[in-house]
Amino acid sequence: MNVSTSQPMPIAREMLAGMAIIDCDIHPAPNSIKDVYPWLEPRWRKHLDTFGPLRRHGCLTGPAYPKGTPGANRRDAWPPGHRKPGSDLGFMQAQHLDPNNVQLGILNMISPHPGGIQNPDLSAALCTAFNDWQIAEWSAKDARLKASVLVPYEQPAAAAAEIDRRAGDASFAQVLLLSRTAEPLGQRRYWPIYEAAIRAGLPVGIHAFGYGGAPLTSAGWPSFYIEEMLGHAACCQSVLTSMVIEGTFERFPALRVILIESGFAWMPSLAWRLDKNWRSIREEVPTLKRLPSEYLRQHVWLTTQPIEEPEVRAHLLDIMEWIGWDRLMFATDYPHWDYDDPARCLPVRLSADQQSRLFRDNARAVFGAN
Amino acid sequence: MIPGAIDCDIHPALPGLKALYPYLPEIWRDLFQDQAMHELVSNSYPPAAPLAFRPGSQPGNGSQAAQLADLRSQALDTWGTGLAICNCLYGVQLVFNEDLAAAIARAINDWLARELLDHEPRLRASIVVAPQNPGLAAEEIERCAEDRRFVQVLMLVMGDMPLGRRFYWPIYAAAERHGLPIGVHAGSSYHNPTTPTGWPSYHSEEYVNQAQAFQTQLGSLVCEGVFKKFPSLRVVLIESGVTWLPATLWRLAKFWRGLRREVPWVDRTPAELVREHVRLTLQPFDAPPRPEQFERLWEHLGSDEWLLFSTDYPHRQFDGDSPLPPGLSPAAMQKILIDNARATYPRLVEAIP
Repeated sequence: MNVSTSQPMPIAREMLAGMAIIDCDIHPAPNSIKDVYPWLEPRWRKHLDTFGPLRRHGCLTGPAYPKGTPGANRRDAWPPGHRKPGSDLGFMQAQHLDPNNVQLGILNMISPHPGGIQNPDLSAALCTAFNDWQIAEWSAKDARLKASVLVPYEQPAAAAAEIDRRAGDASFAQVLLLSRTAEPLGQRRYWPIYEAAIRAGLPVGIHAFGYGGAPLTSAGWPSFYIEEMLGHAACCQSVLTSMVIEGTFERFPALRVILIESGFAWMPSLAWRLDKNWRSIREEVPTLKRLPSEYLRQHVWLTTQPIEEPEVRAHLLDIMEWIGWDRLMFATDYPHWDYDDPARCLPVRLSADQQSRLFRDNARAVFGAN
Repeated sequence: MIPGAIDCDIHPALPGLKALYPYLPEIWRDLFQDQAMHELVSNSYPPAAPLAFRPGSQPGNGSQAAQLADLRSQALDTWGTGLAICNCLYGVQLVFNEDLAAAIARAINDWLARELLDHEPRLRASIVVAPQNPGLAAEEIERCAEDRRFVQVLMLVMGDMPLGRRFYWPIYAAAERHGLPIGVHAGSSYHNPTTPTGWPSYHSEEYVNQAQAFQTQLGSLVCEGVFKKFPSLRVVLIESGVTWLPATLWRLAKFWRGLRREVPWVDRTPAELVREHVRLTLQPFDAPPRPEQFERLWEHLGSDEWLLFSTDYPHRQFDGDSPLPPGLSPAAMQKILIDNARATYPRLVEAIP
């Protein structure tokens, strides 16, 4: 088949017509780790100055795979004075929130998410400190922004305590985990996190990335960042597979999971594959009561970025239809390099109803926002 | 079905390590005895699990001759199969000792030739190699390639390293030299956790995760430049599930546009490369439940040249009698059942003396 591939067709900016949107993935970043020191005990400041954070990869600073751009950021997202992208609220407002009419932005602080730090006490202390930082520096200063509860996810008891501490605070929209944990996220050791999230009435966001120790593919470590980016979608499929088969969704009927930055076009095929294997799954895990696709349909929301780019653009509409128009939520990933521009990223025209669900109403329902 | 179909994935059961003794040097036979090593069956396919056998596809435990008779009646006669490729899944890849792994692979290939191929003209086989040592694997390909009934080289989707890595290139060089596609079959060496976030609790969970492994392996083969280095190499993904393919190519295309300078040898779109070099076997086909979805999916795949007919005998991948998805046009059936395999495996077109 010869189909020419070009840039996605911009939805005319006038089609969005200044519609207020919800962005489910905005990355605030400290300009330096020292930005969070005011909320950290002196002991941990000294620890960080002396050792830095030990994580499950070898680079003392920076990521295991060098990103495509410095810090994986848009080249035009550096605020004046060479402060880090995502570190300057005024610049973020002027570059992203105001022109795109972002009514609600969900903050996902993953530079890095402290839940992946090995030292258990440091991990917990940094999560708490960054949660305070998100309120003081962001959500208290701009009512459009809501924070995510960072938790030390490898220590589920401490994570649950942090969620309990934040319960009822309207500054927080969700609990935030990363996808690449030490063990698959459906396993029972992580269940206290889900219990606490339900107690607090919060959905659980699972953002792609992190370093859990297992190689990035089940055949070991690839060579390139482009493979890492491909691999995150596969990894998030494994996460959902785990949550279905390990019985997480069966155990917690009220659990709501939001996958962030893993794309979405793989979701229908995963559901078909799980259902195809229902005979084996049921035989091995008789506590499961429903078809795997039903658990996915009930419990999982997907943010759109990075939107897949089919050669025939309309194919993406089929996928969206199959997932369900009530389960997709728009995200930009600002200020990162693979940012999806709300006015340009969709390769297809949507109906007015589909557009308002995707860009706003689904997220509004999930986060209970007005 | 069309008479003369080519079944690109059947699994003859190796009766046990002892069956290999006639083909193993004495030193290994002695060691097996002394170490009480009697079996090397992989955890990937527990023999009594629901996936292990279709009803009516249960080779007995009798003599080699009785087993062959079962294979003929259950795997070949049932579908009017003209040719079938035997993919012997045995625990070669599990072994940490690379000399031992290579010796077992050699013995399996001799066993396949003497006990199956010599007795049934409709059978062909994949060369089993021990990827733990690509130099030895290439030697084994050279040794077996003379026998034109070996039509492919067999590897697993979850090995020690991603398949595109240069470590494995001696295998690809030998395969390309002899016109042998690389068959990548579901399964693991269990040298890495079987999901990218660690070890799962259940067999069925692990089996679902095979499809995710295929996705990242496709990325590895493309991004490492395997198809640039070996322009006539073909790769067949066996028992992969198939329907993950469009979404994977769309995602890879997106990141290729943004990150291609990291892999400058990838000078065509990933989809083009994959369409030229990669094929997938049919079963299991992780199909959507509704016919209209199926039609749309077929359009997403964009070609009826991807797929090679397979039953995955004796594994239970489909219910009822038809191993084909519904709604295929006669032209598509001709391609999937016969023509695509003949275009993929040059040796299937040859008359065997």
